[in-house]
Amino acid sequence: MYEKMLILKFPRTNVQEPIVCNLAKNFDLTFTILNAAISPRKEGQMVLQLSGSPHNFDEGVRYLRGRGIIVSNAGEEIRRNDEKCVHCGSCTAVCPTGALSIERPEMLVVFDQEKCSICKLCVSVCPPHAMELRPAENGETQPE
Amino acid sequence: MSSHKVVKTYEEINEKIRAGSVVVVTAEEMIGIVKEHGACEAARHVDVVTTGTFAPMCSSGAFINFGHTSPTLKASKVWFNNVPAYAGLAAVDCYIGATEPCEEDPLNRVFPGEFNYGGGHVISELVAGKSVHLKATAYGTQCYPNRAMDKMVTLNDLPMAVLCNPRNGYQNYNCAVNLGNKIIYTYMGVLKSKAGNANYSTSGALSPLFNDPYYRTIGLGTKIFLGGGEGYVSWYGTQHNPGVPRTEGGIPLKPAGTLWVMGDLKQMDARWLVGVSILGYGCSLSVGLGVPIPILNEDMARYTAVSDDEIFAPIIDYGIDYPTGKAKPLGQVSYAELKSGSINWNGQVIPTVPLSSMVRAREIAQTLKSWIQSGRFLLTQPQMSLPS
Repeated sequence: MYEKMLILKFPRTNVQEPIVCNLAKNFDLTFTILNAAISPRKEGQMVLQLSGSPHNFDEGVRYLRGRGIIVSNAGEEIRRNDEKCVHCGSCTAVCPTGALSIERPEMLVVFDQEKCSICKLCVSVCPPHAMELRPAENGETQPE
Repeated sequence: MSSHKVVKTYEEINEKIRAGSVVVVTAEEMIGIVKEHGACEAARHVDVVTTGTFAPMCSSGAFINFGHTSPTLKASKVWFNNVPAYAGLAAVDCYIGATEPCEEDPLNRVFPGEFNYGGGHVISELVAGKSVHLKATAYGTQCYPNRAMDKMVTLNDLPMAVLCNPRNGYQNYNCAVNLGNKIIYTYMGVLKSKAGNANYSTSGALSPLFNDPYYRTIGLGTKIFLGGGEGYVSWYGTQHNPGVPRTEGGIPLKPAGTLWVMGDLKQMDARWLVGVSILGYGCSLSVGLGVPIPILNEDMARYTAVSDDEIFAPIIDYGIDYPTGKAKPLGQVSYAELKSGSINWNGQVIPTVPLSSMVRAREIAQTLKSWIQSGRFLLTQPQMSLPS
């Protein structure tokens, strides 16, 4: 079983196609969509946790590239700079996955990176700039 | 004659501090003590209650005297790390305000603006001992012929730097919601549409002015914890508005009293003065503030035992009402509910978001407690009461 978080960038022409559905149907891959957005210029971006056999994974990625989609490793991750975090809680207003939450009654802000979908909303919302976008530590190259 | 059963003076309490026999508890600890032993017994036993709050306080800044150059200069425009400071004072005096953005900041032209660097950040960096770029220009006079200066300075190089915050420690504040149809970016944080979240910003039962609601002990000259060092209440703050409706216990139901505070920046600590950026709104400074409250009598014991379920914030709509200047309370919600993680309003369960750090507020109250216990921090009697 092979599992990896990928960032897909869809050109404008592709946003209407059932790409992810085809990944599951034709390549026997399972997926979790962690984040998806269509920009004002109609390009799409999606963060996908994709898993399946290594062979199917490679075939699936080849299919995606064949459709003109830019596939890259989720080469970045959100880290909290604990020196800077003051535990105010402002970030919890925007975190869509509950990766940032408040532990009661201590009122400590906890960051569970496993739940983070790298939506980056907390990066600009955090008043003391404690949430940082960094290159992922497990920066292995994906199979080709 | 006093009608109190317990009467203590500042001098008696200070004697105990000097002797190392003073009893100090935090405002959170005081709640249980009064509940268990009653106000009179608590007042006999406890001498000082400490409070704390840590949150962005926009009405903050520092007076800085940056020293004379040779030849002399009367600065007319001053910048620290490209952040303008107000220089309409004597030759080398200026005031840098927490919310002043740096020059060439895109502000809200790309919305919501990030406001990555401003006056609050400059103050924080100076206190952290970092080198800051100081630039000044002048029109030149016969006594001050120099037209410009440009150099790197640290806090140590500056002859004088005084934190002077015209409005800190607001006694109560709004609980902000957004009843509009679009997400908004405010000084009360990000507010999702249709009351998607409710944001609040005080430390509740630990907040200084909730523990002395009629300002019986807090006034001009009260020595306080300010920015990690010692400071003083130097006046009532701007927008100080004591005459609002209150609960039976004296807790105001709307924003009420405020404090004007100041202190020597050179003995403060960057952990307690943190430059912040508020998305779509601007720059600010998170300030750590703690006020010691002498338990002069049983009334003060009762006041300092106030708990989160006895303190209520007004719910205000920042989508339509607040920006049009027509803010009206849409209800009251207790800090116990706010701190629980969600409130019930109009049949809707709304997640709550704090902007004020309880973790840091508790640390301030504990720090102030240990300062007093160790004898290094004596209480001062106010020279003038705040208007109440």
